[in-house]
Amino acid sequence: MSFLLELVAFLRARKKYWLLPILVMMVLFGGLIVLSQGSAVAPFIYTLF
Amino acid sequence: MKILGLSALYHDSAAALIDDGIIVAAAQEERFTRKKHDSAFPENAIRYCLEQAGCTLADVDYVVFYDKPFLKFERLLETYMSFAPRGFSSFKTAMPVWLKEKLFQKDLLRKEFKKFATDFDWMNKLLFAEHHLSHAASAFFPSPFEYAAVLTMDGVGEWTTTSLAMGSGNKLEIHKELHFPHSLGLLYSAFTYYTGFKVNSGEYKVMGLAPYGEPKYTQLILDKVVDVKDDGSFWLDQSYFDYCTGLTMTNQRFADLFGQPVRRADKDPLTQFHMDIAASVQAVTEHVVLKLARGIKKETGAKNLCLAGGVALNCVANGKILRENIFDNIWIQPAAGDAGGALGAALAGYHIHKGLPRVVAGGGKDAMKGSYLGPAWEQSDIERRLTEAGAKFTVLGDDELIEQTAQALADEKAVGWMQGRMEFGPRALGGRSILGDPRSPTMQKVLNLKVKYRESFRPFAPSVLREDVADWFELDGDSPYMLLVAPVAEQHRRAMTEDEQKLFGIEKLNVPRSSIPAITHVDYSARIQTVHADTNPRYHALISAFKGKTGCPVVVNTSFNVRGEPIVCTPEDAFRCFMGSEIEVLTVGNCFLKKEDQDESLKLDYKNAFELD
Repeated sequence: MSFLLELVAFLRARKKYWLLPILVMMVLFGGLIVLSQGSAVAPFIYTLF
Repeated sequence: MKILGLSALYHDSAAALIDDGIIVAAAQEERFTRKKHDSAFPENAIRYCLEQAGCTLADVDYVVFYDKPFLKFERLLETYMSFAPRGFSSFKTAMPVWLKEKLFQKDLLRKEFKKFATDFDWMNKLLFAEHHLSHAASAFFPSPFEYAAVLTMDGVGEWTTTSLAMGSGNKLEIHKELHFPHSLGLLYSAFTYYTGFKVNSGEYKVMGLAPYGEPKYTQLILDKVVDVKDDGSFWLDQSYFDYCTGLTMTNQRFADLFGQPVRRADKDPLTQFHMDIAASVQAVTEHVVLKLARGIKKETGAKNLCLAGGVALNCVANGKILRENIFDNIWIQPAAGDAGGALGAALAGYHIHKGLPRVVAGGGKDAMKGSYLGPAWEQSDIERRLTEAGAKFTVLGDDELIEQTAQALADEKAVGWMQGRMEFGPRALGGRSILGDPRSPTMQKVLNLKVKYRESFRPFAPSVLREDVADWFELDGDSPYMLLVAPVAEQHRRAMTEDEQKLFGIEKLNVPRSSIPAITHVDYSARIQTVHADTNPRYHALISAFKGKTGCPVVVNTSFNVRGEPIVCTPEDAFRCFMGSEIEVLTVGNCFLKKEDQDESLKLDYKNAFELD
């Protein structure tokens, strides 16, 4: 819960509410990807992490 | 007030602890876990910092993390948005890691810290500093300047890739920024990838390779790939790169531009082409850095410049800024990479967040204590540990230790030198070093192939007595952190014969270029460390004794490790590396070890123990 509150505070501070629907969609979509695979270990790519 | 700074979960995890603004301890996690560039939560480094300060986590007033994960995630989402539908493979790779771990870094930090204290007030005591502000703080606050311009350059932080800040007393404000994907660090990494080296650790190989090549492609890069403006700001044509949307640094268009595919490290040899490419990207980097420096000077009129961020480890470019005399003084944070962000975050917490005063050391001295901020061992502990490891050693008095080690160096032996506190940052500065005689024409090859097990082209750096630096190099200032490159002085150079001048690229390697060939690169340059009696008296005494025997106040200084291994930390690490390589003499504290005295059965096969960068 504190994570969600912090996320909302972040969007407010950055004035980027428009990111919210995209974030929800991406989290849902990303969630599907997460569920479809077991491991979160990925190759190290400089800019992604 | 005690503040703990952390850099973690990305690469080069580290911890640093300051007490009332004084730097007490700092160390990288890789040194303890023996995993190069370890990105894990720096549990060992934190434990060491707390021990060094004689406190527990409960005594710490704030913990400051060196970047802001939400901002980084915002950058990722907006980048995917702007390139969609391209970039799906990258999205698919990144999302599981972000959704499972990275977004919840605050929780992860809290959980990990529970090992140190269960009732820490995380709501109020855990702070996050922006990545480039952490770099800028690590460059300005420990510097010897009351006022300075601060330039930070690296691959990418949250959004920022390059920043200009102004520091005054205990104030530090970011004035200008360049944002992702336009990044000098990523440009250099793209060429590191293209020449077949590991991104994020092989960049210094490209820099070392550059002097063997001709900068034939500089104009092509400036015409097609990088648009550099008058003030040094730049724009990268993303149609040549893959790092925004794919899983590699460059794409086919990039390869087509230069006419060769990406070099495969395990299959393709290093050719003159790769040396020319290295020379070209190095020239472009220097061009951009010099323009940035001139732009900053014009805009701010500052007399002093501080540098940090991974690109500030490009000591060739740093040397150019110094020689161009754009600023009266420059100071570079020795842990300029992400590990140094831990220190910067702690200092930012103290001076910026709490607004507490800063005391400049004065006399041109910085606050880094020679960067000897890591652990040290008592003599009795060293003896116990070495005995348990099966080492045969003699305990010598201080003078005898210096005398015998200097003699071993004069006899052209490779010497392992582990003394006092470990260095913070990527360079060995005479705390954890392998030393050699720079006058020997075979020393570079021997150290590269038999001691370090790495490519023969790799240059070595000199440590020189501060008082003698101007007699041996075209430098008359301090370079205590080996972050400046300058040419060997004219009188010590050796002119090449006509036949030698006809040689190309790596063939030049075997031609002695000066009276100290082991540390003279093919273009007569050297990456200099000046040794100061006040920050490392024992190392200073050793080089003085070597000078007494040979007339030469310079020794070869390379990090105490083999290729791909983190620099040694403990006496046991030093003994293992000694037994696994052809180091002939080892000193740990006052213990003196000769290879021929050691038990043959303890010898290790170190050559293939670590992966090449």
